[in-house]
Amino acid sequence: MSVSHLETSDVDDVDDRIRRISSTIRVIPDFPKPGIIFQDITTLLLDHQAFKDTIDLFVERYKGKNINVVAGVEARGFIFGPPIALAIGAKFVPMRKPKKLPGEVISEEYSLEYGTDIMEMHVGAVQPGENALVVDDLIATGGTLCAAIRLLERVGANVVECACVIELPELKGRERLADKPLFVLISS
Amino acid sequence: MFAEENGLRGDPRLREIFEAIRVIPHFPKPGIMFQDITPLFTNPQVFKHTVDIFVERYRDKGISVVAGVEARGFMFGPSIALAIGAKFVPLRKRGKLPGEVISEYYDLEYGKDCLEMHIDAVEKGDKAVVVDDLIATGGTLSAAIKLIERMGAEVIECACVIGVPAAMGQKRLNGRPVYMLVEPKDFQG
Repeated sequence: MSVSHLETSDVDDVDDRIRRISSTIRVIPDFPKPGIIFQDITTLLLDHQAFKDTIDLFVERYKGKNINVVAGVEARGFIFGPPIALAIGAKFVPMRKPKKLPGEVISEEYSLEYGTDIMEMHVGAVQPGENALVVDDLIATGGTLCAAIRLLERVGANVVECACVIELPELKGRERLADKPLFVLISS
Repeated sequence: MFAEENGLRGDPRLREIFEAIRVIPHFPKPGIMFQDITPLFTNPQVFKHTVDIFVERYRDKGISVVAGVEARGFMFGPSIALAIGAKFVPLRKRGKLPGEVISEYYDLEYGKDCLEMHIDAVEKGDKAVVVDDLIATGGTLSAAIKLIERMGAEVIECACVIGVPAAMGQKRLNGRPVYMLVEPKDFQG
């Protein structure tokens, strides 16, 4: 995480908040299948101060930067995206699994470890030229975030950055995002 | 109960919230007039009004938990929880929560569905509000109430943006009240 824009005392404060946030995340081995170490953010949500700090850290970065859209990926992106959107005065746009959004949608297929999945966004939710963030709880391989970026760019939006609470760097999601910046609070 | 009957008569925010709802006919299947709340979120002012109304109602009341039903309850619940100093507890479909869970099955029109909660999310002494976008038959919200009360916490109220006519008669769910902002909109072909 870049702290180059902060004063020294602010850096300490940021570090304290990140330490607290990090301590609330619960690690669950072998979920959803053997060999996967799952980063559970539901315990973060039970700590009001840690949850508030998480949102504040994103809001401090994005407020006043002319962000028009916060896109959140189903379902844990729905937990972090709207509070950020509310605080910075942006729209919240849900990016959903197929057949969940009731109106006219555009769809993007993306690869999974085995097979593919589809992500959808409502037509008309985002306008050409709008500045957008994509928010999710965690970036692993980056496949989901890339699909979200493509949907936004297909309607002419400008994706400024992806924002996640947690990054799993061994899975190289950052590289998969290529030229799109990634901001995370915790690198696991 | 509806917000208008409960101190918010003439509140212009309710009108704006109602106007923002989009009706999609025959989704997910013929005969259902789906109440789409996503336009509420593409208007930051209306989204703020929605959260504000719930926050005004629930702050300083000792509410320690806001539980949100997957997935549209996730869009509202956390902002309310943050504003009133409560925990946010996601209630999810089967198999999504990674830790140890309790499960509650409930009836659908055809078949059953399942809602789960982490066992350590709430405890005796917690006072909870359950949030979802809409109440229809009340099946999902009843299951949510049961999950929370099985762990010894108390559900003070359910909070929904929209209340469909069928729910208006059954104002109490397992003995708990439901607070709704607006009625469903008709489809203007």
